[in-house]
Amino acid sequence: MVAVIVIVVVVLLLLLTFWLGYNGLVKRRNQVDNAWSQIDVQLKRRHDLIPNLVETVKGYAAHERGTFEAVTAARANAINAQSPAEQAQAENVLSGALKSLFAVAEAYPDLKANQNFLNLQEELTSAEDRVAYARQFYNDSVLSYNTQIQKFPTVLLAGWFHFEKREFFDAAPEDTETPQVQF
Amino acid sequence: MNEQIARNKRRTFLMLLGFVVIITLAATAIVLLFGGGWVGVIIAFVIAMALAWGSYYNSDKIAIAASRARPADENEYRRYHNLVEGLCIAAGLPKPKLFVVDDPAPNAFATGRNPKHSSLAVTTGLLDVMNRVELEGVLAHELSHIKNYDILVTTIAVTAVGTIALISDIGLRFAFWGGMTDRRDNNGDSGPIGAIIAIASLAVLLLAPFAGYLMQMAMSRNREYLADASGVQLTRYPPGLISALEKLRDDHAVVHHATKATAQMWIEQPLETDEKKPGSRFNKLFDTHPPLEDRIRRLQEM
Repeated sequence: MVAVIVIVVVVLLLLLTFWLGYNGLVKRRNQVDNAWSQIDVQLKRRHDLIPNLVETVKGYAAHERGTFEAVTAARANAINAQSPAEQAQAENVLSGALKSLFAVAEAYPDLKANQNFLNLQEELTSAEDRVAYARQFYNDSVLSYNTQIQKFPTVLLAGWFHFEKREFFDAAPEDTETPQVQF
Repeated sequence: MNEQIARNKRRTFLMLLGFVVIITLAATAIVLLFGGGWVGVIIAFVIAMALAWGSYYNSDKIAIAASRARPADENEYRRYHNLVEGLCIAAGLPKPKLFVVDDPAPNAFATGRNPKHSSLAVTTGLLDVMNRVELEGVLAHELSHIKNYDILVTTIAVTAVGTIALISDIGLRFAFWGGMTDRRDNNGDSGPIGAIIAIASLAVLLLAPFAGYLMQMAMSRNREYLADASGVQLTRYPPGLISALEKLRDDHAVVHHATKATAQMWIEQPLETDEKKPGSRFNKLFDTHPPLEDRIRRLQEM
């Protein structure tokens, strides 16, 4: 009788460990996926702000055509980028182009005092922060997930159910250089 | 960090339990002093349970109302909203409700029962004084309180201490007033046992607020250091919070609508602390926050 109870308890405990461990893995894996799509959401948000910004600056500095074209082209490239590496590259070019745009704005006191322009500047800074934070959250999620699939006992479950290791988001080597601003 | 969250949830449960016990004791004392029998004790217990339940669901609203906070308008406080949204992405939290307190003293607090039902308030002084990175540092500190479930422990403690103080205050007033008028009758009727019960009841009423206060102190100051550290983990930029804390250190304004009960919610001690007063060493034991100097030093060592 006692033996039966012991066996039942042990089996129940094993099932419980299994259950909690498996759910924990699924939860972490979904968080990684969600964090990845969050990056795209934030990038899109940033892209959506740009036409508005260009229009506002145009109203004050219509002849700075080259700068506007560079920003618009960089935006189009960023939207069409496919692979993560390509995307990182295109985003970086876009950041550089936007920096030139703001450098141009420096020369127009009326523009700098324009409330709409100031709002857009704040929005764009925030949009860039959000992209950076989304990437940070993605990496944090990957770290937590990867650690969990390497830890005992969940490492066993990860092996049986094919929970694969995920890659960190890494700024491509050329991205770590400060972009050159041309005037 | 997950252990911290689990500990905070456990602590909240224990605190609610302690809250029910203290209020029941205090109410029982009132019943014993003024009559009412077992029915009265049961009623007291039910009231205590109801208050604990109510404080779980409404403590954030009470805290917001007590600080005279108003909802932060999306357009008027664009930067505030933007920074919080960004940090929430980094922390994987839903966006809390944002509030503003019209007060020139720079300060901020977070409240609520879980990340889904949380609120964050800053004073207009904070928004005026801090630049973008500093404000971000402060908001990250507050969001860490939300993420670590510190807000639950804190807000419940705030309501608990308030309620206990109120009940025992009412009881003591009655006892004093009643005691003056019919002490002779009481002693004559109930004999020595009655006297013992009366004294014990008075003692409970006297000690109840102190017990509540100790519970509030159980919210260790360590959690401020922890929120500083996990806030920086979000922004990955310690200098932002450091320079914000330095600004708070150099500012001596006192928040108007802060009371002793709500003191521990704020990022910085909102009330005046007089260093030169005699016994300030002892008072330090009862500070809700560690000194800003210590917090700055720890951040610099990171």
